[in-house]
Amino acid sequence: MSNDPTTPNQIRLSRRRFLQVLAGTAGALVVGIRMADAADAPLPLALLGDTFHDLGAYVRIDADGSVLIGARDPDTGTGVATSLPRIIADELDADWNRVSVVPLGLGVTENNGQPRWTYGRQIGGSGGSIPAAWNDLRQIGATARWLLLQAAARRLGVPANKLRCEAGTVIAPDGRRFTYGSLAADAGKIALPVSAPPLKDAANYQLIGKPAGDVDAREIVTGLTRYAIDEHYGDAVVAVLVHCPWPDGTLAHIDTTDTLAVKGVLKVVRLRPESGQPLGSTVIAPAVAVLAEDTWSALQGREKLKLEWKPGASGSESSYALEQQASALLAGKTDPTARVRNDGNVDAASRKAARRLDATYYQPWLAHATAEPMNCLVKLDKDRASLVVPTQAPQRAWAVVQRLTGLSPAQIDIRVPRVGGGYGRRLDHDYVAEAVMLARAIDKPVRLLWTRGQDFGHDYYRSGSVHQLSATLDRKRQLLGWNQRMASASALTQRNMPDNRLWTSELHVDQLPAALVPNYRSDWYALDSAIPRGPMRGMPHLSNAFAVESFIDEIAHSMKEDPLVTHLRMLGAPRELPLSAGGTLDTGRLANVLKLVTDRIEWKNWLHSVNGLGIACWHVDGAYVAHAIEVAMQEQKLVIQRVVCAADVGRVINPLGLEGQLAGATLDALSTALNLAITFKDGQIQQHNYKDYPLASMAQLPNAIEVIVVPADDRPPAGASFLAMPTAAPALANAVFRASAVRVRRLPLMRELLRML
Amino acid sequence: MAPVQAQAVPVTSDSSIVPEKARDGIDLEINGEHYRHTGDPQMPLLWYLRDVLRLTGTKYGGERGENGADLVLLDGKAVSAIIQPLAKLADRQIVTVEGLAGNDGSLHPMQQAFVDEDAIGCGYCTPGWLIAAIDLLRRKPHPGDDDIDQLPNLCRCGCQTRVRRAIKRVAAGKAGQP
Repeated sequence: MSNDPTTPNQIRLSRRRFLQVLAGTAGALVVGIRMADAADAPLPLALLGDTFHDLGAYVRIDADGSVLIGARDPDTGTGVATSLPRIIADELDADWNRVSVVPLGLGVTENNGQPRWTYGRQIGGSGGSIPAAWNDLRQIGATARWLLLQAAARRLGVPANKLRCEAGTVIAPDGRRFTYGSLAADAGKIALPVSAPPLKDAANYQLIGKPAGDVDAREIVTGLTRYAIDEHYGDAVVAVLVHCPWPDGTLAHIDTTDTLAVKGVLKVVRLRPESGQPLGSTVIAPAVAVLAEDTWSALQGREKLKLEWKPGASGSESSYALEQQASALLAGKTDPTARVRNDGNVDAASRKAARRLDATYYQPWLAHATAEPMNCLVKLDKDRASLVVPTQAPQRAWAVVQRLTGLSPAQIDIRVPRVGGGYGRRLDHDYVAEAVMLARAIDKPVRLLWTRGQDFGHDYYRSGSVHQLSATLDRKRQLLGWNQRMASASALTQRNMPDNRLWTSELHVDQLPAALVPNYRSDWYALDSAIPRGPMRGMPHLSNAFAVESFIDEIAHSMKEDPLVTHLRMLGAPRELPLSAGGTLDTGRLANVLKLVTDRIEWKNWLHSVNGLGIACWHVDGAYVAHAIEVAMQEQKLVIQRVVCAADVGRVINPLGLEGQLAGATLDALSTALNLAITFKDGQIQQHNYKDYPLASMAQLPNAIEVIVVPADDRPPAGASFLAMPTAAPALANAVFRASAVRVRRLPLMRELLRML
Repeated sequence: MAPVQAQAVPVTSDSSIVPEKARDGIDLEINGEHYRHTGDPQMPLLWYLRDVLRLTGTKYGGERGENGADLVLLDGKAVSAIIQPLAKLADRQIVTVEGLAGNDGSLHPMQQAFVDEDAIGCGYCTPGWLIAAIDLLRRKPHPGDDDIDQLPNLCRCGCQTRVRRAIKRVAAGKAGQP
């Protein structure tokens, strides 16, 4: 970095984003981006430190030509540690074989006591990583490349626009070549241009759009990848917990004698979070912790605890009663909690209709079931908190630590290694709060581990729901009216969300067939429950797509019509319709994915096949997806013969990663639809392990998922991490109907199918 | 600065120096290395690997290892490390995911095939899948789909179809090939 204050070392990208050349230490070029105030002073040299980690940087090119690229968002299995760095590497024209990727961890500095996020948005597993990166990360690579070109131009005495870059080398018109490594030191001294350098022409992409395996693959298959659960600080003690079965319950009696007699056990600590305690906006159950020298001692000590818990008000709740309550609510005449959308006049349309159909669908409560259980490593010093956290949202984890410790923003260091699954569970940080409280209680670093039973029993669940659908059609089989009423317990209750927005986690204002039916109404009815709830992968599309796409199939069947024909009529001519939440619905792109899956599965045989075929389509934030599924009923056994998934996500960054995401989300959705339900009785969760909550085995799942990706390079990339979830279950249920004549309106499907056969 | 000089220690038969007696314990062979565990014989292998040896590739799956993330090879057979007390493991051969690759860093064909097929989601359960798949091929060098169906592992990321391809790739001798 130039120390001359007159040379610009940052380019303003937008009101709050700046690009920077950060350092030339040890002959390296380091370029970063950060959020900043408009009147922000240049980054003080003191903050530059020696290591990449401290720099708030994204790219570091060393003299030996190696390139280090930071992965901003936690990779929970979504592949962003591969795809985000490739976006930068492509603009940089880096040699991918010389690129290493490091997870960036939380980037935070202090600004008048407030945190300033060095890397901008840092959230993984929400489907937003790539769209956000497309807006800012490309510029990082382009800037680093520009600086290298300038350095080469000065060395050669040739204008920069006569030079070209290729795989980590600048090449002159006369064939002379300079590696990036040899230019890095000079490039680090060059002032940034006054405006951002131009981005590459898409035709010249070398990495974007080309398949790449996971950057961590080799370390993962050799067992060397350290997840948070694998991290140690030398003297960290192990903490395991027993949680109160009721989030609002209390500890009535405790006897720790036998526990403290176990060799290795150091201490037993009561955690008594009170409601309103500053742990973030999430419910956290009281707990008793056993702290020990190692995990085995801690677990033995935990076995020997004698505890009696007293239920709170939630102690009489049951999932069965809650569903009864939902049904009663939908059957009654009460006004909805929220009228989510109201186009035209559904009631008037109903009076003109030639045909009317009603059906009710039921969804169970769900748990996250991440492979890596909740855990957290924390070390508290007087003026520093150091944590390793398996989180999807390090900035939210930071807020929890900050509230509990009162430390200033930059005194909190949060590292985020690769994460063993997120699905929304790790947007909440109850386990981080627990670890911090325990580290304080024992005045030593703590390694907190939740057991599998706790993971299932103390989740922030997705609420069960009841969906009452009603459709009217005219004589030409056109949809005239659509009335959807849903009852569920909002995931946003007690999370500082105003009451009139609680529906947003439950229904999407633009979900199919909104914008396609002249008279469309969707109402939401709030259920009250003390069972904790939170964000869940695919929400709110997952539950609604099952109801809507099953119902469209039922409408087709009632008219003795091919459901593909019904779908295509509903979508109408290819056109872009404006959506309430912004963006558009491109009916042509949606029809296209549907046509692709039906062509591939030879849909035209659908009526004559012995097996059952089913389809479904959906759109999520500018991305389009469809499934076609073929099943066979062999006696009482359901065999999923073929699954085809087509998706249009705009430009594809990593086709191999995308295929993995689409196939993976399909399998997850099938597993969920076939088997999974959380129930509770007397306020207690009844599922404690994988036996009670049986993720589908290899045998239950299809042998292959055929994935079709629509080429759409003229569109910006959309998120895809959960895109393939919503349509898998309805396509499956529709196929089961054709194979068995049993219409499953209640998930999980296997239980219902066996009951009805 | 003067060079450090090694001091000669006289070797005598001084009877006042009594060497420490070999401590009693359980002799373990893990990834070809020999260890003696002198602590609680009931400690499950999983916690010995993770807490004592810090071989953290073998993951905690559940109280009874239900999702297969804690599989290791015991005398060549896949077993859950959390239900194996060390007392039962004396002088038996244990191989963890860290012991699959060759000493020169060359990957086991199954590891290579997982890389080839990108058969990885979040990767947490991958070591368990590798162990189960290697155990399967030991029993059935050319497994059919029904055989692969018997794998005990669970995965929410949905890596199953890619794992299936990886196993077939190894069976066909095509690990590491395009």
